[in-house]
Formats: sequence, C-alpha cells, structure tokens
Amino acid sequence: MTATDPPTAATAAEPRIPLVEMHDIRVSFGGVHAVDGVQIDLHPGEVVGIVGGNGAGKSTLMKVLSGAQPADSGEIRIEGRPASINDPAEAKAYGIECIYQTLALADNLDTPANVFLGRELVNFVGSLNDAAMESATRNVMKRLNPRFLNFKTPVVSLSGGQRQSVAIGRAVHFNARILIMDEPTAALGPAETAQVRDLVKQLKDEGLGIFLISHDIHDVFDLSDRISVMYHGRIVDTVDKGNVTTDDVLAMIILGKKPEEASSEELAELQISSPG
Amino acid sequence: MIDLVRTVLRQARALLRTAEIDTRLFGMITALAIIWIGFNVISGGDFLTPRNLWNLSVQSASIGIMATGMVLIIVSRNIDLSVGSLLGFLGYTMAVVQVTWIPVTLGLGFDQPYTWIVTVVIGVALGAIAGALQGFVISFGGVPSFIVTLGGLLVWRGLIFSYAQGQTMAPLDTTYRLLGGGPTGSLGEWPSWIVGIVACVAIVVSLFASRRRRRRYGFQLRPMWAEIAIGAILCAAVLGAVWVTNSYPWPTALAAQYAEQNGITPPPGGLVIPTGIAIPVIIMIGVTIVMSYLATRRRFGRNVFAMGGNPEAARLAGINTRRTIIYSFGLMGILCAISAAVQTARLNAAVTGLGVQNELDVISAAVIGGTSFAGGIGTIPGAVLGAVVMQSLRSGMLLLRVDSPTQDIVVGMVLVVAVGLDALLRRRTA
Repeated sequence: MTATDPPTAATAAEPRIPLVEMHDIRVSFGGVHAVDGVQIDLHPGEVVGIVGGNGAGKSTLMKVLSGAQPADSGEIRIEGRPASINDPAEAKAYGIECIYQTLALADNLDTPANVFLGRELVNFVGSLNDAAMESATRNVMKRLNPRFLNFKTPVVSLSGGQRQSVAIGRAVHFNARILIMDEPTAALGPAETAQVRDLVKQLKDEGLGIFLISHDIHDVFDLSDRISVMYHGRIVDTVDKGNVTTDDVLAMIILGKKPEEASSEELAELQISSPG
Repeated sequence: MIDLVRTVLRQARALLRTAEIDTRLFGMITALAIIWIGFNVISGGDFLTPRNLWNLSVQSASIGIMATGMVLIIVSRNIDLSVGSLLGFLGYTMAVVQVTWIPVTLGLGFDQPYTWIVTVVIGVALGAIAGALQGFVISFGGVPSFIVTLGGLLVWRGLIFSYAQGQTMAPLDTTYRLLGGGPTGSLGEWPSWIVGIVACVAIVVSLFASRRRRRRYGFQLRPMWAEIAIGAILCAAVLGAVWVTNSYPWPTALAAQYAEQNGITPPPGGLVIPTGIAIPVIIMIGVTIVMSYLATRRRFGRNVFAMGGNPEAARLAGINTRRTIIYSFGLMGILCAISAAVQTARLNAAVTGLGVQNELDVISAAVIGGTSFAGGIGTIPGAVLGAVVMQSLRSGMLLLRVDSPTQDIVVGMVLVVAVGLDALLRRRTA
C-alpha cells in the first residue's frame, strides 16, 4: 500500500497532514525549563527517534503527548485538528499509547488485569469480564511473545522481558495509531531486543506513527526514519537518517549544536574523548 | 520427624494447588480451628457449645462488617483511623433520630413501623457523606489519610457531645433493636434452614457457572474430584453452622413468656425454641458478599487494587484515582453506619463511648486477614475471618476468666506474630 509508505523526506514541503504536530511546547518545573519551546511532528508509518543526554527533556516531552504531564503552553494537533490532552485517558482517546520506561505495571495484578488496566471489559451489568480479558490477552501475547504462558500470576513474578511484553501488549491491543516507546529495550536481553525491533518494524508497516526514545544510538539508527536530538529542553535539530552519520548525531547530543555550528576545537575534543 | 512434617506440608500444598484453593485462606481457617479446639480443651468443653458459638458470631459481626471496608482502604495504601469515632457519631445520631426527632420533635410518637428504616437510611446517608468528605480532603486536599482520619477520630467523637451534652440515648425503637440480634433478633429455626439451603444452592451454581465459563474459553479446569469436594465441604460447613445456631434454644424464661403470650401450653420440661442465625450475622454475610463482589468483580475494586500495587501506573492507565479514593472512604462510612446500627441495637442505647478503639480492632482484623500495609494485597473474606479470629481469642479468654489487660496483651502479640509469620511466608514463596 503506497499510502502507508514511510515518507522518505518528511520536510515542510510534505503535502500529507502529519499524524502528530507538537508546536512550541513548554514545561517547566519550578524555574527549570524541562521542555523549552519544542516543535516536532510525526507521520503515519514513520518512526521518529528522540535522542539526547540525561535530563535533555525527551521523556517529559513524550509525557506531554501521553497526557502524563500536561504542558504549560503550546499546541498539539492530531491529524491537523487541535487536540486537548490533559490526562492519560484523553491521550488514549486520541489513539496515543505509551510504553513507559518504568513499564507502569501494577505488580500485584496478573497479566490480563495489567493489559486492560483502566479499560477493563465489563458485561451487561457492569461486572468485570475476566474470561474475555484473559482470552484477548492470550491472543495479543501470542503475537508478541509465543512463549509467554503466565496469565494467572501477578506480574511481579515475571522476568524483565516478560514484563516488557505485558507493557507492549497493553499498547498494541488497543489499536494505537500513535505509539510512544520510552527506552523499550533497556531492560532486555539480545533475543528479546531483536523481538522488539521486529515488532517496531511490523507496527510501522501497519501505518502507526512511533516516537522512539532510546539511549542506544544504534537502535535509533536502525529503526528510525528521522532523528530529533534534544539538549537542555530544546531540539537541536531534526535530521533524516540517510543524511547523517552516528558521529554527527553523537556530536549534537554532547555539544547541543549542529555539526556546522560547532567549532573545530570542540569537534576535535570529541574525537579524542571518544576513542574508536 | 521434621522431615515427615515437611513432606506432609509439601504434599498438602500441592493438593491445595491442584484444587486451586487459596493457601492463605486455608491457613487462616486452620489457625481458627486450632484456636477453637485449643480453647475447648482448656475450658473443658465450654467453648464449642452452641451458646458460645452463637454469641461469638454476634460479637464478630460489628467488627467484621467494618473490616470489609478497611481492606479496600488499606489496599489502596490509605488508612482510616476514624471508624470507631464515626461509628459512635453515627450510632448516636441514629439514636437521637428515633428517641427524640421522630417521636418528640416531629410528634409522630414512639415505635412507628417506619422508624427503624428512616433511622437507618439517615445513618447510612450521613455515613456516606462523612466518609466521602474525608476522602475528598485526602484526594483533593493532598492531606495524608493518616492525618485526615486522625482528625476525624477527634472530630466525630467530639461531635457526639453536641447532642444533649452526650447523655445516654435509650430506649430504642423495638423493631430497630432486632438489628442487634438476641433471641428475638434471630431468624428462628425454619428461616435459618432456608438461608442455609439457599446458600448451598448458590455455592453449587457458582461452581458450575465458573467451570462452564472456563471451559467456553478453553482454560484449564479444576479436577472434577476437587470441584465436588469443595462444593461438599462448603455446603457441609454452611449447614453445620445453621445446625449449631438452631441448637441454641431461647432462654427458658423468655420461652415461657412467649408461650404464655401466645397461649401455648408448654410441654413438660419447658418450650424449646431454636434461636437460629442472628440478624447481625445475616447482615455481615450480606455485606461480605456485596463487598467481595465490589472488590473482585467491579472496575472500582480493580482500580483500588491497581492503585495499591502501583499508584503511578494506575494514574498513567487513566484511572480516576481521586474518585476511587472518595468512593472507598464513602463506602467505609456506610459500613460504619451499618455497624453503628448493630451495636446500638444490641445495647438498646447510644452512649458516648460507643465504638471507642474499634478502629484498632477493625484494622487488626483486616491485617490478620492478610491485608498488606504495603498496599495492593488483601481479601474481604480474609478480613471477616480475621474479625472472627480476634473475637474468638477474646471470647475464649473471657471464658477462661483471663482479665481484660491480659487479653489485650495476648491480642496485641498475636497481631504482631500473625503479620510477622505472613511476611515470612510471603518472602519464602516469592
């Protein structure tokens, strides 16, 4: 389907309406500008990587979109229409799902209860329909992790990879159009990381827009179409993956400047301090 | 020897797991059985008598009713220290309604047929408002529940004195007094058997329904023998309890009076009237069923447990955590009103000391029943069993003429040991 082909050059000239546009977003915590006038967009079937050092504002920016941290000011548009996102429930109503770095699981509940947390299935009198939730959970987990079999135990007793699967399953089950993944592979082993990568590619082919936050520059290069670099709450630059090298991106992460703006001394220093 | 015990324990646990029985609940029932048999042996057979067990059931009711609500409060990582004072305030209010307002202020007279229901409705509504108010301050005011309800403990108790400077309110409405139990406040022989049989049918039906539902979705089923054994044991327990309450006859004097009033010639040896299940016990069972349903089968209960397990996850999942807290404290207020009705009806009076230190008994019952202060863990039937365990200890020691301070020492130590054992077992199994 040509309509879901990822845009190869998503520039201002792109004629299609972006899935998400965030305009001049600002969040501050008592004088600290965690997010300071950020502009970012996302198209269907596109993966935008967001990179930056600790405290660069990546997670806060994404929390604005997922409703976990309302912005002080700025505008969000979903498919061109202004959207009001003040809490997680409103974000979910727009088809925005987020896989948090902490996974945000209720450890004392089992897998189906976590997948349907806040959106439980009920029958005609309003009682929980646990059997239907378990059945749906089995279906979604079969797709994510065929070896996943613990549906009755509290998720606290699951391994890191399995817990990650539960968090991803929660996002995938509800047919998200916009997916935010905050460090989705940080806690995973190599096999599970490969699984998550396959999943990202599969979801992208299905036409979802994905924001991917990661420390792993190779993950980001492998999966993203565009990369936005954040530094002290601002976006240094948003670049097409094909036009830059990992070194360029690393330089932007560390210096907070575009490579052409950095002095040769600064760049030289980077070369010395990062052997290989 | 130790190896033998260990093997037996391991096999018992495997058996329980195959039958899908909650090991914690099973452990509590075992502990209760040991307490009962122990007291019976020491007291020379005075504990396991219909009379003592019937009294035990009535004494457990008031704390048991409130403990079901305390489970949800503690599971959501909150605490309610105000329940004893709120109970006193609500009980006093209900007494004033039936002793002063309806008969005197409104001039409608005493012992009207509607007095008891109007009184209870006012009490329950006031309880819901008072509880929800505390919940509102906790969730929107951002004041910790410990502080809000500590304030409530003082405020509700103090408010009692706004009614007639805290004079004792008595006597109460005759119909209302049936809520407190006693020979006339019990179901009697045949209604008790009917309740028992209805309960058995409900047990069998729910076992079948759950099996059918699981089969429809192709999940693993319990072995048939376990299904039948569970059904048989539960039904036997229910019918056994009914039999015990029916084996407790009315006091001879009361029976003779009843015979005289109804023109019955007592047979030689006096008229024997079986007491049956006490009304407060019926109320407690009803409350337990409704609260279990709310806790495990409704969104509200699921949200409470999610908040207890991980408050941040609950918020990020879009759960309205503030509303959930207000509901749970409002529910606690309603349960305080029901317990207040039971206690005042039983006393046939409202006194200023009504419900003093009940908060400690209620919290202890919930905690002995397996509710964890870390949040997210607890069951309603467990808390009711906890209330029965606490009351069994007190009642048994009373039977052995243990003085009240020593009783407190024992109950206090049991509380700490029970929670300690629970934490130990949890660490082992985790």
